[in-house]
Amino acid sequence: MLKLDGVDTYYGPSHILKNVSLEVNQGEIVTLLGANAAGKTTTMKTILGLVRPTKGAVSFADQRIDRTPTKEIVSRGLVLVPEARRVFPRMSVMENLQMGAYIRKDTAAIQADLDRVLTLFPRLKERATQLAGTLSGGEQQMLAIGRALMASPRLVCMDEPSMGLSPILVQTVFDTIQRIRDQGVTVFLVEQNAFMALNIADRGYVLQQGRIVLADTAKNLLTNDLVRRAYLGG
Amino acid sequence: MTASTPSAAKAGGANQPGPSQGGVIQYVQRHWVAVVVLALVIAFPFLDFTSDAVTHVTVLVNAGVFVLMALGLNIVVGYAGLLDLGYVAFFTLGAYSYAMANFGNIIRTKSGIAYQVPGQTIPGTPITLSVWPMLLGGLVVAAVFGILLGAPTLRLRGDYLAIVTLGFGEIVPIIFHNNAALGGAFGFTGLDLPSSIPTPLGPIKFSFLNQVTFYYFILILCLLAVLLVLSIRNSRFGRAWIAIREDETAAAASGVNLVRTKLLAFAMGASLGGLAGVFYASHLTTVTYDQFDFSISIYVLVMVVLGGMGSIPGVIAGAVVVYFVNSYVLGYLNNTLHDHNILVNFDFSQIRNLLYGLVLILMMILRPEGLIPSARRRQELHTFEQRTDEGAVEALDAPPGLGVVGNPDGQLEE
Repeated sequence: MLKLDGVDTYYGPSHILKNVSLEVNQGEIVTLLGANAAGKTTTMKTILGLVRPTKGAVSFADQRIDRTPTKEIVSRGLVLVPEARRVFPRMSVMENLQMGAYIRKDTAAIQADLDRVLTLFPRLKERATQLAGTLSGGEQQMLAIGRALMASPRLVCMDEPSMGLSPILVQTVFDTIQRIRDQGVTVFLVEQNAFMALNIADRGYVLQQGRIVLADTAKNLLTNDLVRRAYLGG
Repeated sequence: MTASTPSAAKAGGANQPGPSQGGVIQYVQRHWVAVVVLALVIAFPFLDFTSDAVTHVTVLVNAGVFVLMALGLNIVVGYAGLLDLGYVAFFTLGAYSYAMANFGNIIRTKSGIAYQVPGQTIPGTPITLSVWPMLLGGLVVAAVFGILLGAPTLRLRGDYLAIVTLGFGEIVPIIFHNNAALGGAFGFTGLDLPSSIPTPLGPIKFSFLNQVTFYYFILILCLLAVLLVLSIRNSRFGRAWIAIREDETAAAASGVNLVRTKLLAFAMGASLGGLAGVFYASHLTTVTYDQFDFSISIYVLVMVVLGGMGSIPGVIAGAVVVYFVNSYVLGYLNNTLHDHNILVNFDFSQIRNLLYGLVLILMMILRPEGLIPSARRRQELHTFEQRTDEGAVEALDAPPGLGVVGNPDGQLEE
C-alpha cells in the first residue's frame, strides 16, 4: 500500500536518508524503530511530502507521490500524526478535529467521522470547547490521533505517539492504535519504545544513521540480538 | 461580537456565527455590550451638544480610518501570525490609487485610455473616477500588491518576513515621491470630496462638506469590514490561518496549502488597508508622500497588540484609544502644562514613540492578552492560572503545548 524504494533525502547539505526502502501492506501495523537522529521523523516527512527526496520513489496505492503536493497526498488517504502531540494549542478541541477534515467537503461523512472519533475518545467530547493547549498530555495525543482520523485515512503514519507519556497512557495509546487498525486503517508507526511497538506490530524495520539495517516480522525482531541490545535493554 | 465564542466552536461543521443558530434575540442577549456600544456610536453625532462637536466628529472619522486598518492588520498579525511591519504600504497604495484616478490624469483618447504625465498634454477627455468605484479599485490594487509582495516572501518566517515587509513599507511612499508621474514631491491636491451616491434609481445626494456624513461613511465601512472578518474567521480559511499561526508543520500535514492560505491573509489584510487609504484621501482631498511614514505601520501594530490580537472588539478599542492618545491626549498635556509654565520647551509628541514602547512593554508584562482579549486568549490564560494553582503534580503533567502560554507573543516569533 505504501512503498519507499531507494529513497535519499537531504536537509540542505546533510544527507539524512540513505537508500531507504520499506513497504507497508494494507491492514498491517508496521513499525520503524531507531534511535534519536536516525532519520525516523525525516522518513515521515518524506512520505507526506513535507520534505522531498532527491532520489528514489515513494508510492501510495500504486501511485508515485514523491512529487505530489501534501494536500493531495492527504486527500488520497495518507495522513500523519506529527511527533510530540502537535495539536493546535490555541484552537478548541472541536476546531482541531475540524482541521483534520480540512481537505474534505462531504459534510455528512465528516459528521459521521466526527461521531466515530468522539466515540473512540469520549474525553474529547467532554472537552470539545476547551483549548487544545489546556489538555493533558494523554488527551493531546488522543486529539492528535483523532484529528488524523478526521481526514478519513486509509493509512495513518504516527510519529512517536508514546513520547513523553506515562506508562499507563502509553498502554492506552497502543490499545487505541490496535483499535484503529481493527477499524480497517493501516498503521505505519515510528517508535523509540521498541518493546511496545513490536508487541502490536506485524512487521518492523530498524533504521540506523539513515539506513535500514534490519527488516523482519515483529516476532523475530523481538528476539533479534541487535534489537535486544540496542532497543530492548538486554 | 467576539468571533470565537465556545458555542461557535460547538456548532461542529456549521460555519455561521450566532444569528442563524439562535435567532436575533438570543444574539442580542449574548452580545449586548456590542449592541449598546454600536447604538451609542450610531447616535453619537446627535448626542454631542458641546461647542466642539464638529472637532469631536472629525477626530472620530480619522480614528475610524485607523480602526479599518487595525481590522486589516489583525487578520495578518492576529489570525495568521505573520508579522507585517510595513502595513502603511497598502494604506499608501489605496490613497494614491484614488488620487491618481480622481486627479484627471486619466485621459480618454481616440485610440483608448492613456495616463497623462505632468508636463504632457494628451488630447482627449479626462476621466475622473469618484470615490465609489475607487473604494473597490483601491481595495483591489492593495490586494494585488499584497499578493505580489507576499508570493515571494511568505516562504520566509518570523524575523525575515518582518524585515521584508518593513522594507516594502519604506519603499512604496518613496516610489511615489520619486516619480513625477505618480505625484512626486507635490503629490495630488484638490481631489474631489465624495458627492452624491449613484444608484440605479438615481443619485442619492449627501453633503460631504458635513463631517457627520463622513462619520457615517467610515462607520459603514468599518461595520462591513467587521462582518467580513467575522465570517471569514469562522470559515475553514479562518481556521487554517489560526492553524498556521499555531503550528505550520501540523497545518501542512492536515492539507493546508501554506503559501496560498498566507497569501489570502495578506491580501485580505492589504485590501482593508487600501480601503482605508481611499477613504482617507477622499476625506482629506490631498495625498502627499510624507503622510505615509513608517510610524503609521507601528501605530497600527500597537493598536492590534494593545487591543488584543485576534479579538475584533479588542483591535477596535485599541485603535480608538491609541488614536485618541496620539491626537488628543498628548496635545492636551502640552497645552495644560504649558499654560501653567511647566516644561514650556518640551513637546510631548516628541516622545510619542517612547510612550508607545513603554505601553507595549507594560502590556506584555501586565496584560499580555490585550485590553479586550479574544475568548480563546482569555480561556487560555485563565486555564493556565487554574492549572498552576492545582499544584505540583498537575504541573508536572502539563502538556508541552502550554509552553506558548509563558510566551504570549510567541506567535510573532515563528
